[in-house]
Amino acid sequence: MPKAVAIVGQIVLYGAFAAFIGYFATYPRYRPIPDDAALIKLSMSHLGGRECRKRTPEELENMPRNMRAPLDCPRHRSDIKLEVDLDGQPLFSTIMQPTGLSKDGVSTVYKRFQLKAGSYRLSVRMNDNLINPGYNHVKEEQITLKPAQVLVIDFNPDKGGLFFRQ
Amino acid sequence: MVICHCYTDASHVSFHASLRSAAQMLFQRIEEFFDRFFGGSSNPLRHLGAMGLYFLWIIVGTGLYLYSVLDTSINGVYNSIGHLTREQWYLGGVLRSLHRYASDAFILVMALHLVREWAYGRYYGFRFYSWVTGVPILWLSYVSGISGYWIVWDRLAQFSAIASTELLDWLPIFSEPAARNFLTPDSISDRFFTMLVFIHLGIPLMLILGLWAHVHRISRVDYLPSRQMMLGTLATLLALALIKPALSDAPADLAMVSTQLRLDWFLLFIHPLTDVTSPAMVWSMLIAATALLFILPFLPHPKAEPVALVDQANCNGCSRCLADCPFAAITMAPHPSRPGYKIAIVAADLCAGCGICAGSCPSSTPFRSQERLVTGIDMPQLSVNDLRQQLEAKLSRLGGRSRIVVFGCSHGAKINALSSTDTAVISLACTAALPPAFVEYALRGGADGVMLASCRSGGCHYRLGERWTDERLNGRREPRLRSKVPLSRVHHLFASDNDNKLLAEALKTFRNRIENQQADDDPLPPYFRRNSYHA
Ligand code: HEM
Ligand code: SF4
Ligand code: SF4
Repeated sequence: MPKAVAIVGQIVLYGAFAAFIGYFATYPRYRPIPDDAALIKLSMSHLGGRECRKRTPEELENMPRNMRAPLDCPRHRSDIKLEVDLDGQPLFSTIMQPTGLSKDGVSTVYKRFQLKAGSYRLSVRMNDNLINPGYNHVKEEQITLKPAQVLVIDFNPDKGGLFFRQ
Repeated sequence: MVICHCYTDASHVSFHASLRSAAQMLFQRIEEFFDRFFGGSSNPLRHLGAMGLYFLWIIVGTGLYLYSVLDTSINGVYNSIGHLTREQWYLGGVLRSLHRYASDAFILVMALHLVREWAYGRYYGFRFYSWVTGVPILWLSYVSGISGYWIVWDRLAQFSAIASTELLDWLPIFSEPAARNFLTPDSISDRFFTMLVFIHLGIPLMLILGLWAHVHRISRVDYLPSRQMMLGTLATLLALALIKPALSDAPADLAMVSTQLRLDWFLLFIHPLTDVTSPAMVWSMLIAATALLFILPFLPHPKAEPVALVDQANCNGCSRCLADCPFAAITMAPHPSRPGYKIAIVAADLCAGCGICAGSCPSSTPFRSQERLVTGIDMPQLSVNDLRQQLEAKLSRLGGRSRIVVFGCSHGAKINALSSTDTAVISLACTAALPPAFVEYALRGGADGVMLASCRSGGCHYRLGERWTDERLNGRREPRLRSKVPLSRVHHLFASDNDNKLLAEALKTFRNRIENQQADDDPLPPYFRRNSYHA
């Protein structure tokens, strides 16, 4: 093959290589969510309550004096019950189990929901100590999600428990 | 004797085997098409490992520059990369683009290299070690590459960080979901960023160590592509960097999701894949693919060739076999019976059975009067003695106006079709398994010409054979073809198993040349072993 042809061939092949790399480095564009969608992220990391039991007077009587605590608290933590409703319809519900071998760690949840942008009534209920009935944390609010917006449902006892963050 | 490359159970060719050979055929065709323009020694497809290493050096060099000028804090990094790209586009910007495109190219050549080694059946037996050490490199490459995209801390980084941690959270490794780190703008910290930079610098270091191990068991590693290839590739990447500079997306904003991303499909394809399937599916695929790569060498494959054997009495410790063995299977040890001398030792698990060592041994010369030729290092499947007997027998049957002996290799062009009254053919595992003295022996034993048909340049199944043969014939490597041998009577052809037409034509041209040559330009005296022995 004449040298000139070989050189042209090389340029074409190197060019094809560059085009291939250059194209797939940014194309085709990826659309993780549609243009008019928004996200709700539910994410919590919370230590459940302890399922303590009141000791009976007889029990306390039989214990050494210095160990007579009125409550018997096991190491393990309670499961946490969580329910999320959107416009009155259940969106998600779960029972989060504590982590750790002896079930004494935090319970966690991470969940992502994609919905159309718009206005919704969002309500979240949580019970972090299943020894008690009902829900000890409740949060309900009318929310407005703009397209591509992320709303986070989190829990922080220092911030007053359940909260939404946009 | 033609060495059998057939499957042990010939009646049953597995799906894998037929897939593999189809892939090999395709790969070889494309490779040979590239040969036309690049030639074998500068054909990128024939040097994918070396190309990978070259890209890695570009990545390391440009990366060190970026690291030295960037402000790697969570708040500073985005602006400092943007500044570099805009204000210093001619240096920092170009280096940034090179860093990105070399990474993509690295991934691409790595994938091609893997497919090629598999397609050519180079993953089992003596290549087991190279193959298995290649697998972790895949993982390390992806971890370094993906983490690089996070450092920019733009929308793409945010997307990849969240998608990756969500994927990781599917595995029971963290007590708290790692994706919680990216919930809100204040949930990520400089500490996270320091860790990220640490990963992005640390993993490539492990990658380099891994690659060192990867090529540890072969000799004369193809560490860098030819100069022509390096220049061509660098010019290509530079042109790409100037035409399409690497840019950042909008700055990360954890309160928003991106609806459209300029995704790098080489490195980040895993995220869309997770979106269309599920984390469970992706992990299953990744684990299955990794397991498959590890298991592949244990699947049924052609039987290993017998390995080289050293003969104590005939090894003088010259180390030529050590120098020529492509698979670092030979070491030298003190000779057990000759004080002060060394002896070659063959590691059976590394030996490919190529016979290149037998071709390199000075004791392999056929000009020895012993009835049974025993050399220093030899192959049970076709010993140097067998080779001499075969040659002598074939020479004695040759007739016609010009008698030609063709030596070929079982991986290259099919020489058997050339066999005729005036042409003798002898097939070896590799042409470099032929001691060059055999060429002279054939010429002095009655042949008018000797043709050697090696694989195409860069295409030797045993990595280095065609190169050694060429250097030995041209007196650039021991054992040399003696300078008295007229090169006009020797032809060295480079041809693949697709080049059978070329082979036939080359023989015809060679024959013409010999027939038109003066008989008296041949100074070699005839040599007939039995006669000379009795004389
Ligand atoms: C980008 C990462 C990689 C680089 C830079 C690389 C580099 C190399 C180099 C330089 C060689 C020596 C080639 C020669 O001198 O003939 C080689 C050989 C080899 N590589 Fe890789 N490699 C990489 C990844 C892989 C992977 C992922 C696999 C497969 C799992 C693999 C399988 C092999 C095999 C089987 C050989 C042996 C070839 C032979 O013995 O002829 N490599 N590699
Ligand atoms: S047969 Fe090939 S691989 Fe084995 S020792 Fe000889 S040169 Fe090395
Ligand atoms: S080439 Fe032959 S003589 Fe030299 S070390 Fe190897 S086996 Fe021994």
